[in-house]
Amino acid sequence: MSAPQRDVWADTLVELGASNPDLLVLDADLATSTKAEKFARAFPDRFLEMGIAEQGMVGTAVGLASLGFVPWLSSFTVFFTHRAVDQVRMSVAQTRANVKIGAAYSGLQLGFSGKTHLDVQDLAIMRAMPDMTVLAPADAAECAAIVRWATATPGPVYLRLGREAGPDVFGADYVFEPGRVVRLRDGADVLLVSTGQQTARTLAAAGLLAARGVDAGVVHLPSVKPLDTAALAEATAAVPLVVATEEHSVLGGLGGLVAEVVTSHEPRWVARIGIEDTWGESAPNAWLLERHGLTPERVAERVLQELARR
Amino acid sequence: MPATPPASPGPGAHADLEALARRGRLLVLESTNAAGAGHVGGPLSAMDLLVALYLRVMRIRPDQPDWPDRDRFVLSKGHSAIGLYTAMALAGYLPVDELRTFDQAGSRLQGHPDMTRLPGLDASTGSLGQGISVGVGMALGARLRGLDFHTWVLLGDGEMQEGQVWESVAVAAKYGLGNLTMIVDRNGMQQYGWPLRPGETHRGDRRDPFGDVAARAALEAFGWRVLEIDGHDFGQIIDACEAARAAAGGGAPTAILASTVKGRGFSFTQGASAWHARAATADEVAAARAELGEAAQ
Repeated sequence: MSAPQRDVWADTLVELGASNPDLLVLDADLATSTKAEKFARAFPDRFLEMGIAEQGMVGTAVGLASLGFVPWLSSFTVFFTHRAVDQVRMSVAQTRANVKIGAAYSGLQLGFSGKTHLDVQDLAIMRAMPDMTVLAPADAAECAAIVRWATATPGPVYLRLGREAGPDVFGADYVFEPGRVVRLRDGADVLLVSTGQQTARTLAAAGLLAARGVDAGVVHLPSVKPLDTAALAEATAAVPLVVATEEHSVLGGLGGLVAEVVTSHEPRWVARIGIEDTWGESAPNAWLLERHGLTPERVAERVLQELARR
Repeated sequence: MPATPPASPGPGAHADLEALARRGRLLVLESTNAAGAGHVGGPLSAMDLLVALYLRVMRIRPDQPDWPDRDRFVLSKGHSAIGLYTAMALAGYLPVDELRTFDQAGSRLQGHPDMTRLPGLDASTGSLGQGISVGVGMALGARLRGLDFHTWVLLGDGEMQEGQVWESVAVAAKYGLGNLTMIVDRNGMQQYGWPLRPGETHRGDRRDPFGDVAARAALEAFGWRVLEIDGHDFGQIIDACEAARAAAGGGAPTAILASTVKGRGFSFTQGASAWHARAATADEVAAARAELGEAAQ
């Protein structure tokens, strides 16, 4: 199992902070949840508590970035993509400010927080925003690589961070490239496209499908935006069915992105696995993944159904 | 009740700035006439504040807009953009003739300030309440970097209704940002607002952010230093700004509550809520010129 991404995020910032005096962390009073407290302990002078005030925090980060600082923001994804989305839109994205959004507690696995805190629309909202880079790592190694890349690269970044540990997908030598379509498994019958922590479950689903005689390929899109759309079109060209799977709403997120790209090139079946048009609820993480069809077993079942329909 | 600022030197002491502000107000009408759009009331109420800042108060180099040690300015009430562009033109950031491109396709002078288009803008604003937060970041960053520039943020009094303003008011006091000054263009009007008294049909006219909340008391309660001035008296504006800069090391941010008249400058725009957002016609520009007479030539 890989370390939780929130810990990886904070640990990587502590590592980078030692050699980068411009690195700041701004927190909207969730530092023990997001693990930003690790940075606060390591660099108390460069940790700026902004209080329970996410809109002001986003704007303050823009002012700090204008002076050459690299502010990383600590809060829950829902408070960036819903509560402070206008500040992210106008003050950050429209000015291409060098502000990095550490969106913790993404997706379904929030440990009993319920629908108020579950944000399964973030990819749809953030990828519709010009000049925003939208990233969703699969595991710890990719998360660390992305934090390093984002810190070193000017411009706004939205980083989707999971709360819970998950299986490892990549080795420690993983190198992140924005836009890259990461091929994890070749297959002739169907191509599964995934992002974020759903990718490990998608790989497992491909294994289950192989046992049922279905040759499923898997590609991972850590970079929802930007995206090498030509590479995605090429990856999907050889298979009769493309299935997008994500820990996110089926409306407008990865599934929407895949459908836009694939069907712009030629007619092709695209199925979307994700949270149907509904809110979340309080429940154990495993129950939520099962309920929304995101476990390896449920993904494999759905792929078999989709293949049978064609 | 102007309280804290020292006595002003008296009428005529700032005749140069007064003449520039008169010219600036006419340019606002001409620019909105050329664009066929824009806001007029707010730019006219803020014109004296903007002229004082750009022509006297701020440490800036219009020929070097990215000078690292410059004072920062954020027009949090971004819909007064044409007022800001006019003051910047008078200060030499852009040709005065360029004001005629305001709001037109391809112009650097967008309907709301866009820092990616016009050098010299330190922030992009328009959605109200955000500029003060950006200003807090600039002042906080100056503190962290050991830079001694001052950050000035101009807000509308109606804008004080935005919750984000108070998030940043609290944080600025928490971090002791004496190097931050908020100037409130207190023209007492907003687009629609509330009736001033029960039963009254006229709306949009009030004195305090929420109709009955005292801005001074609220800001002082948050730990800010508050100066109240006449926002059309250059002596008072300059004195208050100098007092704010002098107190930069004192640990409390300063709020200058500048009483102004919306649409100030012309008989037909002054105090008329219809001028919040509308362009001047050619006849109105001619009437404004006539009112200014020799002074505007």
